[in-house]
Amino acid sequence: MLRIAIPYGMLSSRQARRLARISRDYDKGYAHVSTRQNLQMNWPRLEEVPDILAELAGVEMHAIQTSGNCIRNTTTDQFAGVAPDELEDPRPWCELIRQWSTLHPEFAYLPRKFKIAVCGSTTDRAAIHTHDIGVELVANDAGELGFKVLAGGGMGRTPVIGAVIREWLDKKHLLTYLEAILRVYNQHGRRDNKFKARIKILVKAMGVDAFREAVEREWQALVDGPTTLTEEEIARSRGFFSTPDYEAFDGEAAEARLAEAGTANPIFGNWLKRNTRGHKIPGYRSVTVSLKATGFAPGDVTAEQLELVADLADEYSFGEMRTTHEQNLVLADVAMDRLLDLWHELQGAGLATPNIGYLTDMICCPGGDFCSLANAKSIPVAEAIQGRFDDLDYVYDLGELDVNISGCMNACGHHHIGHIGILGVDKKGQEFYQVSLGGSQSKDASIGKILGPSFKREDMPDIMERILSTYVTLREEEETFLDTYRRVGIEPFKERVYAAAD
Amino acid sequence: MRRLIRDGAIVEDDWLPADESARAEDGRICTLEQWQELDSKHGSAVQVEPGEGVTALLPHLDAIALVAINFPVFSDGRGFSYARELRERGYQGELRAVGDIIRDQMTYLRRVGFDAFQPEDQSSLEAALQSLADFSEFYQASIDQPLPLFRRRR
Repeated sequence: MLRIAIPYGMLSSRQARRLARISRDYDKGYAHVSTRQNLQMNWPRLEEVPDILAELAGVEMHAIQTSGNCIRNTTTDQFAGVAPDELEDPRPWCELIRQWSTLHPEFAYLPRKFKIAVCGSTTDRAAIHTHDIGVELVANDAGELGFKVLAGGGMGRTPVIGAVIREWLDKKHLLTYLEAILRVYNQHGRRDNKFKARIKILVKAMGVDAFREAVEREWQALVDGPTTLTEEEIARSRGFFSTPDYEAFDGEAAEARLAEAGTANPIFGNWLKRNTRGHKIPGYRSVTVSLKATGFAPGDVTAEQLELVADLADEYSFGEMRTTHEQNLVLADVAMDRLLDLWHELQGAGLATPNIGYLTDMICCPGGDFCSLANAKSIPVAEAIQGRFDDLDYVYDLGELDVNISGCMNACGHHHIGHIGILGVDKKGQEFYQVSLGGSQSKDASIGKILGPSFKREDMPDIMERILSTYVTLREEEETFLDTYRRVGIEPFKERVYAAAD
Repeated sequence: MRRLIRDGAIVEDDWLPADESARAEDGRICTLEQWQELDSKHGSAVQVEPGEGVTALLPHLDAIALVAINFPVFSDGRGFSYARELRERGYQGELRAVGDIIRDQMTYLRRVGFDAFQPEDQSSLEAALQSLADFSEFYQASIDQPLPLFRRRR
């Protein structure tokens, strides 16, 4: 498997076309969007990898630090720069972190892999609470924006919500503070046991206060040193994310025309409601291109689809597209008046499944079909569930629902933070699936609780149906699945799921 | 006699390797434990293992002639932080990476302050020497280049 870095998920149409070509020339004609916003190809021939890397370098891309015990791709909100609830565009900060962490000589052989995510908006769309380091733009009492820094979050076999180690940090200190955290981790993180080597274990073992003190001590040697960011450098980084040449629209009039078009064509109207969202600029919307069509592995995209989306990006969205950690693609800047045309094009290519944020928009790792670490397959489970819940009205009625599937403890499918999480386990050579409920990847982040004994693969659609019908029976008006779960707890779900199984 | 890369050239080693079962003697690198027993640290040579840290060395940095940092496995990167800390605290003597160091790591080792490299696999010294020049520019500050790229752009 070759994993290609897509820094914070930003991709130009030219790069996307090159990726499509590579997948066709050197692989089986498709690629997979990972939960780190990277792109994976599953079948490259080892002897052709140098050629692939040369092709990537031709469009300023690479595969550096996409594997190994080093600092990986920094991820962020797929709607960065355009989200109406944004305090500040997080991408310039991601870019500064990318530069600092690329080939960092001291941190290339850490105890374990290391993942950083940045959030710049009111709603967390980057899962910062379950990252080794989570960075959140927040205002201090004086109203000045700086960073709240979390450390020690993670998934894997020991899921942990990150602890706040710094309530507010002046922006110019971002890199020196990260450096201090990494210095502590590199020297004191466990190296004797791969399963206890992530920073979350170190933070737990030291205790948050002692860890924070150790970081502060290291930081004293770094603070105000040469790595302190300058105004010029921050401005330079912001310059990479300049505002595209938006047309000036009368926002209300554009909304009204769009609403009318949606009413005239209810299928379009439905897609509009499910797969597009508000934009900072009047008359624009952001579009999520669903890679979650039933019958296709979640997050997979064919070379032809990638080329089409690249063309659509040129035509409708300033030549730029994004990958999301939920394994979809985004066209971030589409004028409302052109959404109908765009929808027609996406629909023709199977890229307009109106399910973003719903049950069938599952996050799923490659699992036992492709991954040598997996204990169990994950894609067939996703497909069976998608197949069972093919009634879109029922899916919409279930409301916002994150279903996450991982094929092993490494939790690449982020099952701990799914409202419903599914984990493949191996029991004497047979694939079983453990279900957890109540996880959340938002600002109210939580780790899901295990429902009980695991299930056979063929039973999973039934189990999902029981869980969801329990929710439908118990929910009060306007309650999401997570709301209901948090109100009633796991017991009612447990009773109904296992009672029926007996 | 074992060889190593020092100051950009392949040379014969003028020290005997650290050996916990040997008696401390002139011309032999001490283990940290042996070194701590020395009456005088002047002109001494000490080898640090992962987990030992460099705190014990800090009061004697002016006296020590050689610090060897061992990498029993290439994937244990604690030595990178040890080297950086020693140089940051003003250590000027020879700083040698020994053990399971691999060609891919040469640039990183050099950047954090090592000026001598003695891979266990002596057959690849020439290749390792070449790899010291694999990269020409870096984003971040380190010992070899104390200013990050953003402070050097014109």
